[in-house]
Amino acid sequence: MALGSDAECGEDCTDNESSLGGGHTSEMLSLAAALDRRRFCPRVYVAAAGDSLSGERALRTEEEDGARLETIPRSRRVGQSWVSSVWTTAVAMLAALRLVFTVRPRLVLANGPGTCVPVCLSALLMKWLLWRPVHVTFVESVCRVRSLSLSGQILYRLADDVIVQWPELLQRYPRALYMGRLV
Amino acid sequence: MARVFVTVGTTEFDKLVRTVTSTDVLRTLSSRGYREMVLQIGAGKTEPPTGTVEGVAVRWFRSKPSIAEDMAAADLVIGHAGAGTCLEALRAGRALVVVTNTTLMDNHQAELAGRLAADGHLLHCVCETLRDTLAGMELSQLRPLPPADPTPFAEHLERRLGLR
Repeated sequence: MALGSDAECGEDCTDNESSLGGGHTSEMLSLAAALDRRRFCPRVYVAAAGDSLSGERALRTEEEDGARLETIPRSRRVGQSWVSSVWTTAVAMLAALRLVFTVRPRLVLANGPGTCVPVCLSALLMKWLLWRPVHVTFVESVCRVRSLSLSGQILYRLADDVIVQWPELLQRYPRALYMGRLV
Repeated sequence: MARVFVTVGTTEFDKLVRTVTSTDVLRTLSSRGYREMVLQIGAGKTEPPTGTVEGVAVRWFRSKPSIAEDMAAADLVIGHAGAGTCLEALRAGRALVVVTNTTLMDNHQAELAGRLAADGHLLHCVCETLRDTLAGMELSQLRPLPPADPTPFAEHLERRLGLR
């Protein structure tokens, strides 16, 4: 998730959740690289705790721009029971709320499973409850052609933008945006 | 010497490893002019034979930090249907045959492979049909993948944030 700024450098946060093989990390780095560094800075990358590989990659790329990495607990592991997921999601949500309410991003850019949902929801709460301006954009992975990921489905009606990378998804999700393949 | 690079990704795909090193498939590849095969087998239990089998020199490894060099050195890539593998091979301009792992429960990974196959960028099959796919493939008919373009995305965000 990239929290961007407007013309003066505010707080900027990029959330990348690395799943198998770090695909989402690569996608997030490509997306973040496309954003004007003078306008969208500084950048805070948010990864799930334990995903040190994805976070390190993000930082190495952005080091010169004063970017930093924050980690929050993973909200759910693949295959985790739904009962225990409620607890871990709550823990992740608290950590996300604390992070987002501290950083106060102007833009949240999210992709990937798990971690991005608590961060996006926190940003939306900040908008709705505190009336702080923040734009929440979820970019669905390029590997999703016919179905949205769970994160995408959750954020479909909540985020300001849900961007897909294949036009077929517009049939099932007409509120989504398609602007070609981005990565 | 024409080389095949086989990659199963970060997990495992023993069935592909067994299929691609079977007599049938190696003979087919040999008859199509391939003389070398390098396999990346991940965490798989099946270890391929090493040495020359049916006219193809086979060697393998489990994983590397990057398979970019192996991809670049290959004339044909045979891979699992993972999105990362598909895109990495296509961006490197490799001829690609993608094999779906039908034993996987959630196969949304294969959505991308299917879409790219429908657009003519790669060949898509399952282990059972790999031999026939290799026997009949016309790689010159594969279309290169156009580069991605994130510019509209950046412009969209700048507009939405009132920056332009």
